[in-house]
Amino acid sequence: MTSEYMASEYASPDYTTTATAPSPVLDLRRVCKVYPGSPPVTALHPTDLRVEAGDFLAVVGPSGSGKSTLLNLLGLLDRPTQGSYRLSGTDVATLTERDRAAVRGRRVGFVFQAFHLLPHRTALENVALARLYVTPRGAHRQADAARTLREVGLGHRLDALPSQLSGGERQRVAIARAVVNTPDILLCDEPTGNLDSATAGAVMDLLAELNQAGATIVVITHDPAVAQRARRRVTILDGRLSETACLSEKARLSETAKSGRTAGGPR
Amino acid sequence: MNRRRHDGPAATRLTWRDMAAEALAGVVQRPGRSVLTLLGTVLGVGAFVSVLGLTSTATGQIGASFSLLQDTTVTVDDTGATPHGSVASVAAQDAGMDAGMDFPADTDERLGRLNGVVDAGVWWNVPLRHPTVSARPEVTTAATTDSDLTGLRVLAASPGTLRAMQPTLSTGTLFNEFHQRRKERVCLLGSTAARLLGITRVDNRPAVFIDGAAYTVLGIVATTQRLPQSLLSVLIPSSAALHAYGPPTDDPAQALIRTRTGAAPLVARQAPLALLPVHPGLLHAVPPPDPHELRDRVDTDLSGLFLVLAAICLIVGAVGIANTTLVSVLERTGEIGLRRALGARRRHITAQFLTESTALGALGGLTGTVIGVAVVIGTALARHWTAVLQPYAVLPAPLMGMAVGFLAGLYPALRAARIEPLEALRH
Repeated sequence: MTSEYMASEYASPDYTTTATAPSPVLDLRRVCKVYPGSPPVTALHPTDLRVEAGDFLAVVGPSGSGKSTLLNLLGLLDRPTQGSYRLSGTDVATLTERDRAAVRGRRVGFVFQAFHLLPHRTALENVALARLYVTPRGAHRQADAARTLREVGLGHRLDALPSQLSGGERQRVAIARAVVNTPDILLCDEPTGNLDSATAGAVMDLLAELNQAGATIVVITHDPAVAQRARRRVTILDGRLSETACLSEKARLSETAKSGRTAGGPR
Repeated sequence: MNRRRHDGPAATRLTWRDMAAEALAGVVQRPGRSVLTLLGTVLGVGAFVSVLGLTSTATGQIGASFSLLQDTTVTVDDTGATPHGSVASVAAQDAGMDAGMDFPADTDERLGRLNGVVDAGVWWNVPLRHPTVSARPEVTTAATTDSDLTGLRVLAASPGTLRAMQPTLSTGTLFNEFHQRRKERVCLLGSTAARLLGITRVDNRPAVFIDGAAYTVLGIVATTQRLPQSLLSVLIPSSAALHAYGPPTDDPAQALIRTRTGAAPLVARQAPLALLPVHPGLLHAVPPPDPHELRDRVDTDLSGLFLVLAAICLIVGAVGIANTTLVSVLERTGEIGLRRALGARRRHITAQFLTESTALGALGGLTGTVIGVAVVIGTALARHWTAVLQPYAVLPAPLMGMAVGFLAGLYPALRAARIEPLEALRH
């Protein structure tokens, strides 16, 4: 069905024609995810989504709505059943495992709800771990990690173990780890889910700061307060994405101006 | 393959050094568990090294105390159990020998006929109490008693005994069957005896006086393979000794047999029968200890059992490492997922856990080797042995630990690589 349409549209490298205009960081076209079984479960219906460089997008939805599926697809942790997914101009749906690992390591930064810090490593080592598979130079890794930790305001806790850090500090370490490789996109999965509201606010401040500095961020959350901090919001429900009403008009305007941030809603 | 073909970024890498560092971090982050995991490998490798080391040490010890010389020497003792006038003496007399000695007169020939005998002969201490032995005839008894010469002994030896001794002469010749047959009063001097008597050359036909009786010196024995007491002795033909001083009284006669290599046990069984067919029990042949038997005993008893134990320990060690690595994989599912999200490929995960288990095994192997070597050296010191450690037993031991760790880590590492980051990151 839609895949044939996709194939015809993307058979030629159309990005050469738009070389002057910056390609969007994320460009999903007709991406869907169906889990096999009887009956098959459609976790994500065919979806179009564009995220331009410097954007700050919140994907809001209740649990079970498919937002984790979307995040996994965006982070190359999972392959779409159908559709085309370009990340910074690279069609990543067709990449080999090895190249997908490379894309994950170099172009995507992850922030998890559960932080996923290694308990026996210091903050510095945890951040440096993100550089491990990217650069073979150990000294540089440490220096990069220290610099990034200072940027997120943890310059004084470099040698602290995660158990010695507060929840907010842990998430800051995780954010530092996510951005130390200067990824094209920062994917945050419920980044404030384990934090109290004050700490959550501080973490969102940090994300907003990073966005100001030029980072492209996608936050997945069920918390409207968190979503409020984003420049743009989309809602996901039962595997269907919809642009939030108040922003969709602006988005459409932007699209006509050929410079804006565009989100294709569900069909 | 051109990694830019898909327009993707450069593939992620993990250098050997980083992999080793990550694995080591995994090992040391739970030191207690690592040590316990190591225990099986330590015991296995330690047992392996110490068993092989102790075996080679013990074998070396047998080799040190056992030589080719011993392997080709048989002595036959006169048990002297039967008093004179008994059947044995009659038998001896029948054989043409004087009473008081059970060896027949043709002992040399009888033994020489046995297959495997190279040379054989009878010898005994000539029954003289405080003999005066001198290079000059006029020496008084008192004078010689004061001197060191009283330490000299007079041995009666058949020509076959001389050959069986395998002596090296510094000068002169041995006496032979001619002298024996004619009961010639000739003698050989041991090197020490010759020095004490002041005799250095025999071309001037010197004589030694035993209780005033002159014996012409035929030669001087510099060294000898067997019967080392001959170096301090005056050796005279047994026929002459029998004629002049009678059969041995205090010390019974002995037969000395030099055999071909490997023939000693057989000769020892046959010799009493060949000498005294009627009363072989009067003679007691002493064969050399059987080196094969000793070595076999060491091999089978010690190494066999303990090597099996060592193998069991190694297997237990492998299972331990496999278990711990598997538990660690399951425990660190989140870490695996995270690493995959950070760009690790499956092979990086496999390599990390495999290196971790291999490092565990290598550490266990090293520790076990050290302990095994210490056990061998300690045992050798305690028993005043020479520790023998074969390089082929010691050097591969740490590698053996490594191999155990590697094999044990295969399944958990492959399983770790199969973990999907998606599942792993789900909390």
